[in-house]
Amino acid sequence: MSTTNHIGKPTSRVDGPAKVTGTARYAAEYAVPDLTYGWVISSPIAKGKITKIHADEVLALPGVLQVFSHENVPSLAWFDRSYKDQVAPGGSPFRPLHDNEIKFSQQPVALVVAENFELARYAASLLRIEYEQEKHETSLETKREDGFEPGRGKTGYMPPPPPRGNPDKAWEEAPHRMEAEYVHGAQHHNPMELFATTAEWRGEGKITAYDKTQGVYNVQQYLTKIFGLKKDDCRVVNEYMGGGFGSGLRPQYSVFLAVMAALELKRSVRLTLTRQQMFSFGHRPHTLQYLKLATNADGTLAALQHHALHETSRFEDYTENVVNWSGMLYQCDNVKLGYQLAKLDVYTPLDMRAPGAATGSIGLEIAMDEMAYEAGLDPLEFRLRNYAERDQNQDKPFSSKKLRECYHQGAAKFGWDKRTQAPGSMRDKDGKLIGWGIGGGVWDATQQKSAAKASITADGHLTVSSAAGENGTGTYTIMTQIAAETLGLPIEAVTFKLGDTDLPEAPLQGGSWTAASVGTAVKNTCEALGEKLLKLAQKLDDSPLKGAKLEDVEFVNGQIRLRSDASQAVVLRDVLQASGETKVEADSSAMPNMLKQQQYSLHSHNIVFAEVKVDEELGTVHVTRVVNAVAAGRILNLKTARSQVLGSVVWGISMALMEETVMDHKFGRYMNHNYAEYHVPVNADIHDIDVLFVEEEDDIVNPLGVKGIGEVGMLGVAAAITNAVFHATGKRVRDLPVMIDKLL
Amino acid sequence: MNSFTYHRATAVADAVREQSGRPDAAYIGGGTNLIDLMKENVARPTHLVSVGKLPLSDIENLPDGGLRLGATATNADTAWHEEVKSRYPLLNQAILAGASPQLRNMATNGGNLMQRTRCYYFYDLATPCNKREPGSGCSAIGGYNRVCGILGTSDSCIATHPSDMCVALAALAPTVRVSGPNGERSIAFDDFHRLPGNQPEKDNTLEPGELIVSLDLPAKGFEKNFSYLKLRDRSSYAFALVSVAAALELDGNTIRDARLALGGVAHKPWRDQEAENLLKGQPATVETFARAAAKVLENAQGHGSNDFKIELAKRAIVRALKQAVEGSQTASDVFLNSNP
Ligand SMILES: Cc1cc2nc3c(=O)[nH]c(=O)nc-3n(C[C@H](O)[C@H](O)[C@H](O)COP(=O)(O)OP(=O)(O)OC[C@H]3O[C@@H](n4cnc5c(N)ncnc54)[C@H](O)[C@@H]3O)c2cc1C
Ligand code: SF4
Repeated sequence: MSTTNHIGKPTSRVDGPAKVTGTARYAAEYAVPDLTYGWVISSPIAKGKITKIHADEVLALPGVLQVFSHENVPSLAWFDRSYKDQVAPGGSPFRPLHDNEIKFSQQPVALVVAENFELARYAASLLRIEYEQEKHETSLETKREDGFEPGRGKTGYMPPPPPRGNPDKAWEEAPHRMEAEYVHGAQHHNPMELFATTAEWRGEGKITAYDKTQGVYNVQQYLTKIFGLKKDDCRVVNEYMGGGFGSGLRPQYSVFLAVMAALELKRSVRLTLTRQQMFSFGHRPHTLQYLKLATNADGTLAALQHHALHETSRFEDYTENVVNWSGMLYQCDNVKLGYQLAKLDVYTPLDMRAPGAATGSIGLEIAMDEMAYEAGLDPLEFRLRNYAERDQNQDKPFSSKKLRECYHQGAAKFGWDKRTQAPGSMRDKDGKLIGWGIGGGVWDATQQKSAAKASITADGHLTVSSAAGENGTGTYTIMTQIAAETLGLPIEAVTFKLGDTDLPEAPLQGGSWTAASVGTAVKNTCEALGEKLLKLAQKLDDSPLKGAKLEDVEFVNGQIRLRSDASQAVVLRDVLQASGETKVEADSSAMPNMLKQQQYSLHSHNIVFAEVKVDEELGTVHVTRVVNAVAAGRILNLKTARSQVLGSVVWGISMALMEETVMDHKFGRYMNHNYAEYHVPVNADIHDIDVLFVEEEDDIVNPLGVKGIGEVGMLGVAAAITNAVFHATGKRVRDLPVMIDKLL
Repeated sequence: MNSFTYHRATAVADAVREQSGRPDAAYIGGGTNLIDLMKENVARPTHLVSVGKLPLSDIENLPDGGLRLGATATNADTAWHEEVKSRYPLLNQAILAGASPQLRNMATNGGNLMQRTRCYYFYDLATPCNKREPGSGCSAIGGYNRVCGILGTSDSCIATHPSDMCVALAALAPTVRVSGPNGERSIAFDDFHRLPGNQPEKDNTLEPGELIVSLDLPAKGFEKNFSYLKLRDRSSYAFALVSVAAALELDGNTIRDARLALGGVAHKPWRDQEAENLLKGQPATVETFARAAAKVLENAQGHGSNDFKIELAKRAIVRALKQAVEGSQTASDVFLNSNP
C-alpha cells in the first residue's frame, strides 16, 4: 500500500532506551502500595507425603502473615480442565498446594508471606516440614522398554506420520548403512530474569497480576477459572521480559501462589522464585534417539528411521515433535518414524526454544554426517543429492523453500570448498586440529488468530496495541515498523503497546508465530484505520482524493496521496485537524487463510556451518566460526532478526558443549541447579558468527510473507559443532554435551 | 538467610575481640562466598565482623626481599599490583584465571583462602553432606562428583578447594600470618589447608577467632619460567576441573629448581614436592615432565564422574611445564592465548 519503507530496515529497538535506562518494568519491579512478600518452600524429596508442617513456630514471628500449604489452601476449582492452560499437555495439571503428595523434587510445598522480603525468607528457613519418603524413579535409562505412544493431548503436537515404503528391507539391502543412538540430558531455560509475580490487590476481589509470562491471556484464563474471578476483575500484565525461551508459555506456580495469597490476605503480594527454583517447573526433556540410515550407490537415501523416547511426568504427557522433521527434510521413499514417552517422578517437561526440532535435528543431522562418511561423500554434497522438493510427510509442495540457496550461499561465505574430508586432516598454524561440520533443520511457519486496535490523535500520533509478548525478540519494534509503514508515518510517530489483558487478544508468544499473527493483525487494523482516514480526507473541501478507493491511494510521509499521481496529496494531520475529531480509532483481527494454506507445506529452513579448533591433548574445543544461513520468508527487521539468530547460535554452542542439568537419581534431584554450575557460554566462548538470510517471497504463509525466526536459527547448530568435532578429531560423540572428558 | 548483627572493625584487636568466644560470629571480606552460603542457609552466622576497614589492604616489600600481601587487599588489586605483575607473574595469572572481574574487585585475599568447596551437595540442604553436617554422610561418593577430588580424599569427603589463587600460592610457598585471641602466629602455606580425613568440616588449621592478616611471599618468584594452566567447562567464569601452577628455574636446559601445584583435585591446593624433586637436576624434556606427572597422580583415585581428571591432570602437568620452559606469558586459557 505504501512506499514509506520501514519493513526490512535494521531499525534499532524502540524499547531499547527504556531497557538501558531502567525505566522498563519487569514483573517483580512494579511499585504497588502496601506490598507483602512471599517465599516459596520447595520439597527436598522426589516422592512421598508431607506428614506435618510446623507452621505455628513461624507464625509466631511478628510480621509473618501466613503460611500457606495444602492444610489451609482455600477451596478452589475442582476439575482438571480448570487448571488446563492453552498449551497444557494431556493429563492432569499440577495443582500447587493441592494435597500432601510429593510428585517431584523441588515441588512447592508451602508459601510464607510476611511484611518484608527478608522476614519471609528468614521465616521460610525456620519452617519445619516432615515428610514420609517413598521410592522414586527418575532415570530414563531404566525406562527404555516402558515407552508408550502419547495421545494428541497438546496443541501443536502431531503424531509421526505412518511409515512409507519398506524401510526395513531397504535398509538391509542398501550398500551403505549406519545406525546409532544419540542422547542429551535435561536442559533448563534459565532466562536471566527470575520468575516473579506482583499480585496487586485492588480491593473487592479485584486483582492485577504483573507476571512473568509469554501469554497474558493464557494466565488470565487460568486464574479466572481456578479462582472463580470475573475477567474484568483479573488483569494480567507483562510489558517486558528478561528472556522466556518457552519457560513462560504455561502459567507457573509463582502466579498461582501470589494471586491465591493476595485474594486470601486481601493484600498485594510479591513473589520471586530463586535461581534454584528456576529448575523446578519444566525443562527440555532428557531424550534418547535412535537413527538408522541407508544410502544407495548414487548417494541417495535408501532408508531413514528415526525413533525418539523422552521423559515426562507421572501426571502429564508432555509431547513435542522430535522425529517428524526427519520425514520431510530429505527426499526418501522408505521412512519409519517413532515417538514415545516414559513416565518418571519429575515435573512435566516444557517447550524450550525450537521444542522437538532442536532435539530431532541433533539426531538426524549427526546421523546424516555419519552416513555421508559411510558413503564416502562430502556432507554438503550428500544433502544436495537428497534435497526434498516436496514435503513427503504431507505429500504437498512447499509454499516456498530456498534451502538450496542457503546451502550454496552459506558454503561460499564459509569457504566450505577448502575442506578436506578426512578427520584430523586440517590444522591451524599453531598445530591445533580444525574441524568443519554442518547441520540444519526445518521449522513450522504458522499463523494464529490475533486481534489489534489502533488510534490516531489529532497531532498525528498513532498508537497500536495487541496483547502480544516481547521477550527480547523485537515485537515492539517490528510491530511499530509495520504500523508506521502501513500508515506512512515515521517510527517516532508510532507507539506500540502489548502484554496487557486490557488490550485485544493475541496468541502466546511462542512457536515463532508472533510476527506472522500479530503482524498481520496490526497491518489489517492500520488498513482499517486508513480507510477511515481516507473518508475523512475526502470530506475536505477540494480534496484531490474525492472518489478514490482505498486501493487507489497510498500512505506515505504523513500524507495520503493518489498512487497514479503523487502530487495529488493531503497531509494526514490536516485531515485530522479539519475533521474536528480528537482521535480516530479502528480495530481488526487476522486469521490464517486456511483454504489457501492447506494446499501447501509451510516451513522455514536453515543450514549451519561450524568451525571448531580442538586441543587434542587436553580435549578443549572452541567454536571459532559459525555461518548460519536461514530461509524464513521475508525479514521484517534485519537487526532484530539477526540478533535472534545470533542468540540461537550461542545457545546451540551451549547445547553442543556445555549445557546439561544433571540429576542425582539417588535423590531424584537436579544437582547443578545454579548459575555457577549450570554452564552456558560466556563471551570468551563466542567468536565469529555470521548470519545470512536468504529471503523468500511467499504470499501463501500470510499477507506479510514472514515465517518467523525465533526458533529456526537453533536447528542444527549443536549437530554442526559435534560433526565438526568429529572432523577435527575422528571422535564421534553421540552423548551431548561434548565436554573435555569425552575427548581425552 | 537468618538475621544477623554487623560490626565494622577498625583495628585487628577490635576484630579479634568481636569474634572471640563467639562461634556464631564470622569475619566477612568481600562477601562473595559467605553471603551466597548464607542465602542457601549453609552458613548461619548471627554476627558479622567486617574486615573491610582494617588497615590490612597494603601490598609492601619485605626486608628479606619478599612481598607482603595484605589480607584485605582485593584479588584484583593484588593481581594488578606492579610488584606482583613483575616479580610473581604466576600469581597474577592464577588470580586472573578465577571468577570474574566483578568478583575479583570484591574478593579479598583472606577470603580467597577461606572460600569453601563448590561441591554440589555441600550447597544443597536437601542432601546429606559431612562437611556441612558432620556425620550425615557424603553424597558425592557414589553420586555426581565431576567437581570433586582425586587426591588425598577420605571416606568421609572428596571435596576440592576451589581457589585458583591458592594454587599459585602453594607453588610460591608464602607464610600465612594470623592474629587471634592468643596473639599472632605464622603458618606455612602448605600447612594452612588440610585434608578431609574424618573431619571434613574443617577446611584449614585456623583456630576459632583467628584472623588472617597477611600472606608473606618469599623473594623467589619464578618470574621467568612459569605457567598457570586452567582447564574448565567453559572459557571463563567456571571453576577449574584441573589447574596446574608450574614454576621452573632453568640453567640452560637443566632444571635447577621446580615448583608444581594442582587445583581442582584435592581438599587443599595440591603441591607435590616429590614430583618437584624428580624435576630438579633433570633436563627439561617431555619425558622428565611425564615422570613428574606420573608421580603426582601415582595414588590418584577417581570416583566415577571425575575419573577423567587423572588423565587430564597428567596431560595438564606436562603441558604446563612445557609452557613454563617456553616462558610463555600464558595461560589462563591455552586457546585464547594462542590466537584463534
Ligand atoms: C560465581 C562465582 C565464581 C567464582 N569463580 C572462581 C574461580 O574460578 N576461581 C576462584 O579461585 N574463585 C572463584 N570464586 C570464588 C571467589 O574467589 C571467592 O568467593 C572469594 O575469593 C572470596 O573472598 P571474599 O573476600 O569475598 O570472602 P568472603 O565471602 O567475605 O568470606 C569467605 C570466608 O572467608 C572468611 N574470611 C574473610 N576474610 C577473612 C580473614 N581476613 N581472616 C579469616 N577469615 C576470613 C569469612 O569468614 C568466610 O568464611 C567464584 C565465586 C563466585 C561467586
Ligand atoms: S564431598 Fe565433602 S562436601 Fe561433598 S558431599 Fe561429600 S562431604 Fe559434603
